[in-house]
Amino acid sequence: MATIVVLVVFALFLGAILTGGYNKELNNRLRSHWLWDWITTTDHKKIAVLYLLGGTFFFVIGGIEALLMRTQLLFPNNDFIVGREFNELLSMHGTNMIFFVAMPLLFALMNAVIPLQIGARDVAFPFLNALGFWLFFFGALLMNLSLLFGNSPDSGWTNYVPIASNVYSAGTGIDYYVLGVQISGFGTLMGGLNFIATIINMRTPGMSFLRMPLFTWTSFVSSALILFGFPPLTAGLFLVMFERIFGANFFDVAAGGNPVIWQHLFWIFGHPEVYIVILPAFGIMSEVISTFAKKRLFGYNSMVFATLLIGFLGFMVWAHHMFTVGMGPVANSIFAIATMAIAVPTGIKVFNWLFTMWGGKIRFTTAMLYAVGFIPTFVMGGVTGVMLASPPGDYQYHDSYFVVAHFHYVLIGGTVFGILAGCYYWWPKMFGYKLNEKLGKWSFWIFFIGFHLTFFIQHFLGFFGMPRRVFTYQPEDGVTMINQISTVGAYMQALGVILIVVNVIYSYRHRTPAGSDPWDGRTLEWTIPSPPPVYNFAQLPKVRALDAFWHEKMQGNKQMEPAEPLGPIHMPNNNHLPFLMSLGMFVSGLGFVFRSWEVGALGLAFFFLVMFLRSFEKDHGYHIETDEIQRIEKGANA
Amino acid sequence: MTLLLAVFAVFALVLTGCEEPAKSVFDPKGSAGEKNLDLIMLSVYIMTFVFVVVMAIYFYVLIRYRQKPGDNTIPKQVEGSMKMEMFWIIIPVILLVILAIPTLTTTFTLAEKPSEEEDALRVKVTAHQYWWEFYYPDLGIKTAQELHIPAGKRVHLELTSDDVVHSFWVPELGGKQDMTPGRTNHMWLDAKEPGVYAGRCAELCGASHALMNFEVVADEQSDFDKWVAKRQKPSSEPRTAEQEAGKKVFSQNCMSCHAIEGTELKTSGGKGPDLTGFGERQKVAGLLENNDENLDKWLKHPDEIKPGTYMPSFDFLNEKDMKNLKIYLESLE
Repeated sequence: MATIVVLVVFALFLGAILTGGYNKELNNRLRSHWLWDWITTTDHKKIAVLYLLGGTFFFVIGGIEALLMRTQLLFPNNDFIVGREFNELLSMHGTNMIFFVAMPLLFALMNAVIPLQIGARDVAFPFLNALGFWLFFFGALLMNLSLLFGNSPDSGWTNYVPIASNVYSAGTGIDYYVLGVQISGFGTLMGGLNFIATIINMRTPGMSFLRMPLFTWTSFVSSALILFGFPPLTAGLFLVMFERIFGANFFDVAAGGNPVIWQHLFWIFGHPEVYIVILPAFGIMSEVISTFAKKRLFGYNSMVFATLLIGFLGFMVWAHHMFTVGMGPVANSIFAIATMAIAVPTGIKVFNWLFTMWGGKIRFTTAMLYAVGFIPTFVMGGVTGVMLASPPGDYQYHDSYFVVAHFHYVLIGGTVFGILAGCYYWWPKMFGYKLNEKLGKWSFWIFFIGFHLTFFIQHFLGFFGMPRRVFTYQPEDGVTMINQISTVGAYMQALGVILIVVNVIYSYRHRTPAGSDPWDGRTLEWTIPSPPPVYNFAQLPKVRALDAFWHEKMQGNKQMEPAEPLGPIHMPNNNHLPFLMSLGMFVSGLGFVFRSWEVGALGLAFFFLVMFLRSFEKDHGYHIETDEIQRIEKGANA
Repeated sequence: MTLLLAVFAVFALVLTGCEEPAKSVFDPKGSAGEKNLDLIMLSVYIMTFVFVVVMAIYFYVLIRYRQKPGDNTIPKQVEGSMKMEMFWIIIPVILLVILAIPTLTTTFTLAEKPSEEEDALRVKVTAHQYWWEFYYPDLGIKTAQELHIPAGKRVHLELTSDDVVHSFWVPELGGKQDMTPGRTNHMWLDAKEPGVYAGRCAELCGASHALMNFEVVADEQSDFDKWVAKRQKPSSEPRTAEQEAGKKVFSQNCMSCHAIEGTELKTSGGKGPDLTGFGERQKVAGLLENNDENLDKWLKHPDEIKPGTYMPSFDFLNEKDMKNLKIYLESLE
């Protein structure tokens, strides 16, 4: 209890110092601060920027972790970072990159673009959207605090029991993982729900399902995967939490438990998860390739169908991560065939991209370079994926560096290239100015070459008997040179990322307005000013075909035909409760990590109290009046 | 197949600057490993074909359809083509069927259990953080870190774990199989030629996962029989005064975890590796070459060699006791 009192007093002091003490003006001072605006925002465009900043922050942390690991592997029997510390690094790297980098960065683009692509003024649940972001952020922060406090998670991002149990991982490490991922998982679930509701309900007149841009489609399927994929993870994490913190025995063999249950729960989530992060990237590639080849997407309908099929099959194949568990040849065979089947819809996509470019007029902008670089890289990752689907082959590849190479090919070559392509492509829409193309191309080539240098030869490390997640190898293994080349590649990638950051700063300093349609775009987001006004569309556009804007351009129209008369627009108010609720969860998580039940309970109580308050809050939003809209529109077009 | 293997070999050689990898999936030494490789190569062929086709179209498109300067015409907006799309649905399906059939047969072959009439060796393998226990139920032998098998004979392994999930992997002899506490998995392997094959733990199992190495020693049947006879009647009694003193040190310090057959030094549990015949092992702790210097290092500072090992440090022993202990251990045959 004393801890709480001390903490509260400390927080009050800190608050007093930062806000200049309490007086009548305090409230006004707080509310007019720019930070307050960002903390309380419910605008999907601002939340997108928050996701972008959050994801980038954890990307830097995850990247540094990767570099530290590759540095340790520079020499056989190196003693830079060994044993548990190395296991902590690999666990933090994996968890950060999947949960706190890939997902938020995709959410950033989804938030920024989807409402614009479907002609909506905001998402369906702006409050939920803000809550989703803050839960993600505080969950990620909670887990990464372990780097400061020491004793981080050390059982891999897969967190297999029993090494994740109290007996084999003493201390607070795994608790950070269990609570951090759960809290941010709630946020992700809310984000997914929100996009499903938005895409189903908020499409502008004429925007039928089969006229939706492909990025919206893939994000839609991805959100559905989140909806079905995250509950098994939450269930699994709940079991681990009860085992670690409250002394339950779900996985302890001596007490009648079974560790394989965790593996199933984890991969029932884990395999859809990789499609959650790759499908939106497919969507981005489809948009970018179609725009810069100046052609309609080849086989749009089959692209949509392939996306749905991948999403569906994604739930049928989890056990291919567990071929060596000993499920027997029948189960292994069934999952092998199911996994191979996924190659067919994925193949449809690749060929459709190629034939979108066929006969087109290809412009090699930086965004297009990433999309073009993505194709061979992703195909490489795809073919090794089919190789992994065959159990007898997998017995050799499994848990070796071959697997490491494979999933970095799909996650970097697929997801990261997709995110970068999306950033270069939509940056002018989000911020009103383009990123520098010259620096962009330099950074692309350095990153691209560095990536292949790092990971291509890692396939061979696997063939030469190097298991994954090892902190060292022996000189007589004869894999020193390959490891060194791989490390050099990793540093090259780091250089590429630094150049991207430099590019962002440089382009901001030398920004010139990019205009509403800098790339000769095809979809609705390019019909409104950049950056878009808070209400996005002064009048909702009427969609008459796939690639709605392109269709109008071909008809000789400069703008979309409005579907409604100009009138007052209803917008949601800012709200500080999402931040407070997430803060409550964060405090509670921290409390349980340190086994301080009072703090844990207090945080939860605070969370539910704020939730209760929210339920009775009368918040009807506000209206932007017609003359105000006209003024803003005039300013934007001037 | 040989052609592609050669390409791979050359490529690997160039990559590694003529550094020869010690073990390679491409160079199997047992029938299970050969079956794995056959399937790997089949998938490599099919996938290389796919990759080459995709890349051919890719480069053609990128070169042929670049926007030429000044050309602002708008290309024809093609919706798609049912015929072409059927083409790249059907061809991959055919390729996958070609891959799937041998995949299924091999999966079932590799899961074969010993039949009644098969004259196969059975070994029960138990993984511990961070060492390996090998028990031959039909021969009554228990050993650690070195799995001895007769060359040319199928060996059936029953795999389990005593603590966390481990995975048994000898890349040259075959694929992996997980070792999960509370369940017994089964796999078979053989070595066609006598030799020493490196083994690894392939599932993250804690701080010293990277160092949980072992060796498979394949001998000619006659040599293997000799080894069996020796293990069944080990020479473990001290023959000199120093060894006698060393045995005493052992009984006072090591016996609570380690057993030595052929003496009264027996423990009930398997907390540490069985040390019978330690002097003949190739490695200390499954990792360092078995010599006096390394044994000294291991006994004094085991945690520096294998972080997180349960072996405590014995640096408190005086120099004489330590020397006698080492002499006794190295005398075990």
